[in-house]
Amino acid sequence: MGDPDGGRARSLIGESVLRLEDRPLLVGEGRFLADVSFPDELHLRVVRSDTAHGLLRGVDLGEVREAEGVVAAWSAEEVAHLGAIEFRMTGFDELRPHCQRVLAAERVRYVGDPVAVVIAEDAYLAEDAAELAFVDVEPLEPVLEAWSPEAIAPLTLEHEHGDVEAAFAGAHRVVELEAAVGRHSGIPLETRGLLARPVDGDGQQGNRVELYGIAKVPHYNCATIAAMLDLAPGQVVGREGHVGGGFGIRGELYPEDLLVTYAALKLGRPVKWVEDRREHLLAANHSRDQSYRVRAAVDGAGVVQALDAEFFCDQGGYVRTHGATVPNLSVALLPGPYLVPAYRVRGHIRLTNKTPAGTYRAPGRFESTFVRERLMDAVATACGLDPAEVRRRNLIPPEAMPFDRGVSTLSTPVVYDSGDYARLLERLLDHIGYGSLRESLAERRAAGEMVGLGIGMFVEKSGLGPFDDVRVRRTEGGGVEVVTGAASVGQGMETVIAQICAEVLGVDYGDVTVRHGQTDMIGRGMGAFASRVTVMTGVAVYLAATELAATGRPADATFNADHMTYPYGAHAAVVSVDADTGGVTVERYVVAYDVGRAVNPMLCEGQIIGGVAQGVGGALLELFSYDADGQPLATSFMDYLMPTAAEQPQVEVLLSEDAPSPLNPLGLKGAGEGGTNACGAAIAAAIDDAIGRPGAVTALPATPESVRSLIRGAVTRRLPRPPEVKQADRADLRTHLSICPRAPL
Amino acid sequence: MTEISPPDVAVPVVLAVNGTDYRVAAEPRKTLADVLREDCGLTGTHLGCEHGVCGACTVLMDGEPVRSCLLFAVQAQGAEIRTVEGLADADGTLHPLQEAFWRHHGLQCGFCTPGFLMLSAGVLESRPDIGDDELREALSSNLCRCTGYQTIVEAVRSVRDAAGA
Repeated sequence: MGDPDGGRARSLIGESVLRLEDRPLLVGEGRFLADVSFPDELHLRVVRSDTAHGLLRGVDLGEVREAEGVVAAWSAEEVAHLGAIEFRMTGFDELRPHCQRVLAAERVRYVGDPVAVVIAEDAYLAEDAAELAFVDVEPLEPVLEAWSPEAIAPLTLEHEHGDVEAAFAGAHRVVELEAAVGRHSGIPLETRGLLARPVDGDGQQGNRVELYGIAKVPHYNCATIAAMLDLAPGQVVGREGHVGGGFGIRGELYPEDLLVTYAALKLGRPVKWVEDRREHLLAANHSRDQSYRVRAAVDGAGVVQALDAEFFCDQGGYVRTHGATVPNLSVALLPGPYLVPAYRVRGHIRLTNKTPAGTYRAPGRFESTFVRERLMDAVATACGLDPAEVRRRNLIPPEAMPFDRGVSTLSTPVVYDSGDYARLLERLLDHIGYGSLRESLAERRAAGEMVGLGIGMFVEKSGLGPFDDVRVRRTEGGGVEVVTGAASVGQGMETVIAQICAEVLGVDYGDVTVRHGQTDMIGRGMGAFASRVTVMTGVAVYLAATELAATGRPADATFNADHMTYPYGAHAAVVSVDADTGGVTVERYVVAYDVGRAVNPMLCEGQIIGGVAQGVGGALLELFSYDADGQPLATSFMDYLMPTAAEQPQVEVLLSEDAPSPLNPLGLKGAGEGGTNACGAAIAAAIDDAIGRPGAVTALPATPESVRSLIRGAVTRRLPRPPEVKQADRADLRTHLSICPRAPL
Repeated sequence: MTEISPPDVAVPVVLAVNGTDYRVAAEPRKTLADVLREDCGLTGTHLGCEHGVCGACTVLMDGEPVRSCLLFAVQAQGAEIRTVEGLADADGTLHPLQEAFWRHHGLQCGFCTPGFLMLSAGVLESRPDIGDDELREALSSNLCRCTGYQTIVEAVRSVRDAAGA
C-alpha cells in the first residue's frame, strides 16, 4: 500500500485520506534528532543545580577537564557574553530582568538550572565526567507558592470592561469560588535535543552552522541564535527532521540550544545533545499552575451579569520565551462562550523556585475553562438550575456574531468570528441522551455506585498570524513541490497541506511533496504552534496553487491575518469513583467540536482524541510536585503519571462544521487544542455528581488521595488563600498599564 | 572474587538481529538499545525514558517483548532479536500491523510507534486470540503522547480479527 488512497475525481478537502508521513515512521526509517549523527561528533552534557534556590559560590571543573574523553568544560564565566534568552511572544519590560541566561551565575533558581556544560568524545564519557563537577551553592529559602509574599512580583495583567461594580451592587445573588490547576506539561515521548554541525560556507555567506533537532519555530530560533552568537541570520540553518511531539514545550529556544551551537562553533566539530528523561522533567517548560478566586454577579434568571476574577500564575524561576503569553490568554479567554457583559480580571505573574513555565496545549484555557465552568456549575447549584440550562441562558447567540469580546490577546483583538454555541450544546446533549443518561446514573447511584456526569463548554482560538508564505511549483515527473516556513510536530501537516494543494491543482495528493523547517529554502516562516498551520499555511497554499493553476508558472503566495479564528466545543464526561480508594475511572467521554471546515476529518478526530488523553492526564494524574526544600518529586515516569491505554477512555467525537470562519476563503479553524481544553472542567463536574457534592472539586489533578478526602471529609478542600492586593501594589498596576498600552493585554 | 571485565572497556559482542549477526565491540555497560542504534545502525528503536516505563525501545527477544533500555547488549547475546526494521518483508511489503497502524491513524509523531509495533507483534504472536480487555491491558505497557491510544487499539484489534477470520 505504498500508494495511499487518492487520485480520484472528488473533493480532497474533507476526505479522510491516509497520511503521507507514515511509511518511514512505520518501518523504522524516521530521522528524529538522536538518529542523526556525524562521524566526528562530540557529545554535550549539562551540569544542573540540585538546589532549588541558592547563591552560586563557584563551579569547580578541574577534575572534569582531566577526565577521559573530555574536550571542554565551561561554567557561566566562559559563556557570559551569550547573554539571556529574549521573549518570542508577549514580552514586557518588567519581565526582562527575569530572563534566563544560558548558564546560571551568582544564583541558582530551580533544581535543574544549568550551571555548566561538559563536551566529550561520547555520551557515556560526557555523563561520567559531568558527575565530577563540584558545584558550590549556599542554600537559600526556596519560594514555592505563587501567592507567597516572598515571591518576586514583576507584573500584573489587568483588564476591565463594562460596569462591574454596578452589576455586583444590583446582583440577585453573588456566587464565588476558588479553584486551581496543578503544574503539568506536554512531555512529548521524544525528549529535547540538538545537533549543531559547522559547515564550510560558499565564501559569500561565511561559515555556517546547521541545526538538527530544531522544531516548532525554526526560522525564529535560527535567527535568534544567530543574533546571540553575533552571526548573520543566514549563517544558522535549520534542518528540521522528524519531531516526536510538540504540545507547546518543544521547540522554544532554551539555554541548551545556545550552548550546543556555541560549542560546535567554538570547537569546530559537530556537537550533539540528547536530553534524558529526568532532565526533561526538570528543565523543559512546565505549564498550568494557576490559582483563581472568581465571583459572578447573577441575575434572577441565572444569567451572569459580571465576572470578577483574580489569579496567580506560578512562572517558576525565570521568564522564558513566552513572556506573559499564558496568563495573557487566561485573561482574554476566561469569559469563554458566555455573554458576561461586565468583566474585570487581575492576573499576577509570580516567580518561584520551580522549573520555568511556558505553554502547553490549550495554554491558559485548560485552566480558565476549568475555573469558568466550575463557576457556571456553582451558579446552577445556587439558582437551582440544571447545569445545561444555566449554560443555555448564558451562551452568546449566533446572531451576535461576530462578537467582540472587548479584550486582546497575542496582539490581536478577541473577536469571535462565527459560531452557534447553543446548537453544538444541543447536539452533544442529544448524542449522550442527556435526560435519560442522568436518570440512569441516578438509578446507579441509588443502587450504591458513585457515578456522575459533567459537561464543560469553551471557545478555542486558532490560526494565529500574522502571515505565512508558501511557494508552489511543478517538478519533473508530474509532481508538485510546496515549500513553507511552517513546521511539523507530528500532527500530519504534510498531508493536510498536500490535500489542499492537490484539490486546487487536480492532482493526486500523494504527488505533492511538502518541504518545511528548512530555513535556507524560504526566507521567513512562523512555524507550528497555536493551532495555526492548517489555517495559515493551508490558505497560503490554496492561494499559491490557485495562481499556479491559472498561470502555469511557479507561484509564491502570502496569507496575512490580523485576527484569529475561534473554534468552539462542548465536552461531556461520565465517571465512576471508587469510594474506598478515591480512584476515578472515566467511563465515557464525548467531545463536540466545531472546526469550521475539516480538511481531513480523520486527522481532526486524531487531534481531539489525543488531546483528550492529555486533558485526562491533567485532570486526574499528572502533577509536578515538590517537597518543602523545593526538590521536585516527579522526575521519572514512575512519579509523573501519564495516561496509558488502561486509563484512557474511548472518546466519541462529534466533529461539526456549522460555523466556517468568514476570515479565510476555505472557512478553516484549527483542531489542535479543543480535545484538551475542557477535560478538567467536565471531569471535575462528573466527580461532583458522582460523590453527590456539588462544587467539591476545586483543584486539579483530582488524585485518588484528594477525591478520597472529598468523599470522607465534611469540609470541601480549600486552597491557601492568596493575599489581597495591597494598595501600594495597585499604584504599581496603574503604572504598568500606562507603560504598556492595551494591546499586549 | 571472580575476575570480571571492567564496565567501560569494550568487549566483543555478537548480536543476532532480524536474522543477521552483528559483530561489534561494546562496553559491558552499554545498553542493548544503544548498541542497536549506534553500533548496528538500527535507529528505528527509540529511547523515550531510559528507565523502562515508556516502552518506545521495545524489541522482541526470543519472541518476548523486552525493554532494550533495561538490558545490556552483552545480556542479549545468543538470543534472536527482532526490531522494527525486521517487520516488513524484504521487498517492502508491510507487516499487517504496520499497514493497520497506517489505515487506522495509529500514529501521529511516530516516536512511540516502533515500540508499539513490536509490543503488538509479540502479544499477537503469543496470544493470537487475546480478548479485547486483555489486549488493552497489554497495550498499556507502553506510552503514547499523541493518539490517546484509541486508534492503536483499533489497529491491533483489526489485525487480530483478520488473522482469526
